Amino acid sequence: MDKQMKGVGRLVLGAAMMVVGLGAAQAQEKVKVGLMLPYTGTYAALGNAITNGFKQYVEENGGKLGGRVVEYAVVDDESNPAKATENARKLVSRDKVDVVVGTVHSGVALAMAKVARDSKTLMIVPNAGANDITGPLCSPYVFRSSFSAWQPSYAMGEALAKRGIKTVATVTWKYSFGEESVAGFKEAFEKGGGKVVKEMTLPFPNVEFQPFLTEIASVKPDAVFVFFAGAGAAKFVSDYAAAGLKSNIPLYGPGFLTDGNLDAMGGAGEGLLTTLHYADGLATDRDSVFRTKYAEAYKIQPDVYAVQGYDAAQMFDAGLKAAGGDPSKKEEVIKGMAAATIDSPRGAFTLSRAHNPVQDIYLREVKGSENVVVEVVSKSLEDPARGCKM
Amino acid sequence: MDFASFLIQTLNSLQYGLLLFLVASGLTLVFGIMGIINLAHGSFYMIGAYLAFVLTSATGSLMLAIALGIPLALVFGAFLEWALFAHLYKRDHLEQVLLTYGLILIFEQLRSLLVGDDVHGVAIPAFLDASIQLTEVMSYPVYRLAISVVCIVLAVALYFVIQRTRLGMMIRAGNDDRSMVESLGININMVYRIVFALGVAMAALAGMLASPISSVFPNMGSQVLIISFVIVVIGGIGSVWGALVAALIVGFADTFGKVLVPELSGIVVYVVMAVVLLWRPEGILKKG
Repeated sequence: MDKQMKGVGRLVLGAAMMVVGLGAAQAQEKVKVGLMLPYTGTYAALGNAITNGFKQYVEENGGKLGGRVVEYAVVDDESNPAKATENARKLVSRDKVDVVVGTVHSGVALAMAKVARDSKTLMIVPNAGANDITGPLCSPYVFRSSFSAWQPSYAMGEALAKRGIKTVATVTWKYSFGEESVAGFKEAFEKGGGKVVKEMTLPFPNVEFQPFLTEIASVKPDAVFVFFAGAGAAKFVSDYAAAGLKSNIPLYGPGFLTDGNLDAMGGAGEGLLTTLHYADGLATDRDSVFRTKYAEAYKIQPDVYAVQGYDAAQMFDAGLKAAGGDPSKKEEVIKGMAAATIDSPRGAFTLSRAHNPVQDIYLREVKGSENVVVEVVSKSLEDPARGCKM
Repeated sequence: MDFASFLIQTLNSLQYGLLLFLVASGLTLVFGIMGIINLAHGSFYMIGAYLAFVLTSATGSLMLAIALGIPLALVFGAFLEWALFAHLYKRDHLEQVLLTYGLILIFEQLRSLLVGDDVHGVAIPAFLDASIQLTEVMSYPVYRLAISVVCIVLAVALYFVIQRTRLGMMIRAGNDDRSMVESLGININMVYRIVFALGVAMAALAGMLASPISSVFPNMGSQVLIISFVIVVIGGIGSVWGALVAALIVGFADTFGKVLVPELSGIVVYVVMAVVLLWRPEGILKKG
């Protein structure tokens, strides 16, 4: 009886090994993509848009990237930095993915980037804008399909200085993305001859803005520059208008101020000017086709996050093609990605030496429920990648 | 800071403090009288705000939404007390924290399933949608002033109920000595149910009133929860008057902290709390 059981056990083991062997043989023809994005919590909508965008490009190519069938391993990162390292390691060691795509939250992305660098795994950041990712913490293995915090704010600084605005007061949350945004703005604005006369911060995610509005009314700058996103942005814009400041002192900020929350502002956002690497109404063929297909597939309009997901897939595709479709030839994949010109719905872009997009920044105006393009304020803007030794 | 700014900042402080009082008064009642540490109190604020959003979308009027929302919140509070909290009175604080923390997660997930994770705005009622010109560039929204008036009216009403009515007498007695009240033949369980339902309704009302100016968003409850506990502790656990005084202190500390010492604005409120507790470890007004 015991012997019999052992025999059966061996058989099962043998069969299992065969299956594993088969699996390995099949994996040769496949490419495995790890999506580590927020699917629950505040950023769930962004995670879904990025996933949709990525999958759309793969579908357009018959379910393949670089000629290989794409297989996904998906992890919900919950925008929780405490779980980031463990989640990223799971994708790398257990699922053995060829590329990790993620994520929205900068704290999580920084932890992921460390895992990618240490395990020499390719990673594409489809949103998180912390300057450090393509700055001091840059790595040959880490790419970004979105933006650095510095980019849209620097472009706004240039634009306001050019418009002859002399004095600006700034308000933001006291956390790295907010402070990086204000620093980028200040750098360009003061270089252009303007002066930041008052810098105000409040702890994240505090939204009691009334004291700052009173202070702005007392300082009376030519304009106000703020970084806020999500609910805080909706509240700031509404409060600013309710305090009667909107008609007296114009408000500016990077596009996160008005992206995705215009409905929540009521009409308070109408006419606001913001800067970002994507806009409504670009009216290029590339963008129109992308938008139509996306709306057909997912029954909602694409946003900047969907574009960033779509471009992450394009970047990886370019790398794989350069390596003849073989993801194990990492050097060649990396070279191929770094050299590629990505035909993005936002407009074509290349990658900087630190692997951040070198892209046009648009000035956009809020009209109804859209951020309509006004003009390109900064052509092929490249993040300075300060502190990147690569 | 010029004098006009100083006056407006004072107005900001009062208005913010009064709104905080509305949330914190319910918390201090439940905490002080029933001995329950209710971490889910912030969720009731969140639920109120979402109720305001959903009902305003359905009925087209925030006033109507509030009129419908308050009885809903009262019933909801009484139900929760009956189903869950009634089993907690004799248990220790750790189990209370466990249950109420679980409730936060459940309420947030329900909110996500039912309404979604988007940020929403609620329209200010037309007759309050105006502003008063204060300086040449700044004006003050009438709605914010209206909230302050409502908060003051409620504070007075609460004072009247607690000090001048039979129910208030039972509440105060229950606050002092539960077993003595029971032995006098008063149905303390009913008193608790009423107090809890009131607490929920006040937090929900605060959420409904604040919804047009704060917008409606996920996790909005956790922001007010922490500051509410600070107010309860500064004011003295169980003291409604303490909560009023403490809420105003916090309102002033937060507003002027942001303007005068911006780099420390995040900790000013907590510094004030530490100083008050060094001076009066039981809070400003312990019981009352």
